[in-house]
Amino acid sequence: MQLRKTRPVPGGRTGFDRRTLKRLLTSWQLYLCLLPAVIYLFLFNYMPMYGLVIAFKNYKPGLGIGGSEWVGLKHFQQFVTSVQFPVLMRNTFLLSVYSLIFGFPMPVLLALMLNEVRNLPFKKVVQNATYIPYFISTVVMVAMIINFTSVDIGVINTFIQWFGGTPVDFMGKSEYFRTLYVVSGIWQSMGWNSIIYFAALSGVDPQLYEAAQIDGASRLQRIWHVSLPGIAPTMIMLFILNCGSLLNVGYEKVYLMQNSLNMDVSEVISTYVYKVGLLGAKFSYTSAIGLFNTLINFALLLAVNFISRRVSDVGLF
Amino acid sequence: MVKSQPRARVRETMEDRITLGVFYVLLTLIALMTIYPVLYVISASVSEPTAVNDGSVVLWPVGFQLEGYQYIFENDWILLGYRNSLIYTVAGTLLDIAVTFLAAYALSRRDIFGRRALNTYMIIPMWFSGGLIPTFMMINSMGLVDQWYTLIIIGAFNTYNFVICRTFIQSNIPLELQEAARIDGCSDLGIMAKVVLPLSKPVLAILCLYYGLAHWNDYFTGLIYINTRSLQPLQLFLREILIQNAQLEMGSGDMMALEDSMRRVYMMQVMRYGLIVVSSVPMLILYPFVQKYFVQGVMIGALKG
Repeated sequence: MQLRKTRPVPGGRTGFDRRTLKRLLTSWQLYLCLLPAVIYLFLFNYMPMYGLVIAFKNYKPGLGIGGSEWVGLKHFQQFVTSVQFPVLMRNTFLLSVYSLIFGFPMPVLLALMLNEVRNLPFKKVVQNATYIPYFISTVVMVAMIINFTSVDIGVINTFIQWFGGTPVDFMGKSEYFRTLYVVSGIWQSMGWNSIIYFAALSGVDPQLYEAAQIDGASRLQRIWHVSLPGIAPTMIMLFILNCGSLLNVGYEKVYLMQNSLNMDVSEVISTYVYKVGLLGAKFSYTSAIGLFNTLINFALLLAVNFISRRVSDVGLF
Repeated sequence: MVKSQPRARVRETMEDRITLGVFYVLLTLIALMTIYPVLYVISASVSEPTAVNDGSVVLWPVGFQLEGYQYIFENDWILLGYRNSLIYTVAGTLLDIAVTFLAAYALSRRDIFGRRALNTYMIIPMWFSGGLIPTFMMINSMGLVDQWYTLIIIGAFNTYNFVICRTFIQSNIPLELQEAARIDGCSDLGIMAKVVLPLSKPVLAILCLYYGLAHWNDYFTGLIYINTRSLQPLQLFLREILIQNAQLEMGSGDMMALEDSMRRVYMMQVMRYGLIVVSSVPMLILYPFVQKYFVQGVMIGALKG
């Protein structure tokens, strides 16, 4: 974060003396501007953080958060030793690792290839075509997956039959669940995620390309030695961020894609928390699971950040 | 852009041309594969139901009908959801932008006392959150569940968008300009309204896109916080029709003729595709207006986020 750059104003750190008070008063309008956001964050973000204490309590609605009895790490223990634990961890982890492995390079490749194209209309068409899926809602996305892969009417199975194959019930077999999730994710966000690399590529000095060309570098060599290093910091940064959310598989898409046939691979931590917590009203237990999830994410973020700092000198903090 | 400078000094080698050719082919393939499902949905929504139901629509419409769309616009639930979502999205986006912009302006000022602490306060939620259950409990205890304003208020402040906005103001609106306005007697609010706001159009467009998209496409917030059927956003009705295969009949005349309802079942698939089109149109309309600010927005967000 760029908080580091701001330095304390001389005299500004002496506590609440008269001068401080005067500064506060003169810029009261600025504080007024901040007020809505501060209140909002307090109510919707900081209060829930306080609410996390129920992860260590046995929450009873009648007793309230403060009145419920402390149980320490009981819920965490219960989760870690439960039957679902290994399954949930595996499903969550695999789904996001696959998304990362296959989803991460695609926007980079797209941007690198498109950066070589000098034909502007072609470039624009490709860009705009690949941005469109980003605007589609999760519900519509999943509906499209279901329709396209349907055995009777799905166009994918029509193609399979053209090439002499037998129709496959993609949504009805759990072995296809991850593939569908990852591929549709790539389809939806590849173009959008490439914008950032594009922006980074436009910052690479054109003279570097020319120099490389004069030195006899081929197109691929120029991409490898000029373009790629140019976007490497952006890539590393995004990679760290992605690693920090490895266990944050969003419930939105997974929840919609779930059905009784693929449940063994499609149940992830967040959907489990939703079902058991909200629908099953086990507030304390699932708060503990949520907190567990957040802490692991944070640990992963710090770990990857640390490694990246050591290896490449790029890091978030 | 500097990039269009002549690069012809060195002749392209054969190898380079082949590479470029391969790139063109690959890019064309990518573009086609991305756009194909979209075209298919549109084609299927106007094709003959028989063709859609037996899978003979492949790219172009087979036959032509608009009956599917007619059914969509006759369905009161869909219209209600559409109206709800429009209200939530427009009101919500305006509120979000106001809250975000005001805060971003205040913290873009280097002279505000307590800036560092306030910035930290704003950014912590990006890394740490209470999670689904505690958030639900708090919102529930505040009585915000199942109100007409629930989906307008929730999500009104996004730290990521705040950072984009603050960074934009800091790096694109010269402090000298603000100083000049102050010397001319403007108050802090005056500077914001008369100097900063008019110059922030690009970032406002980006916020509009991000917040608007988030509101329109969101179904999960509605799923958790809205129980009353008449308050549900469009996405929840879509979920019922498109994913849970509900028929959602609520015709004005309750007893439908058998023939008519048979016809509807027959039309169902076509109607689904039409529904996908109808529900995605508002966001695709927004797209051309904000398109030119994309790169700028993503840039700011990425480099400073």
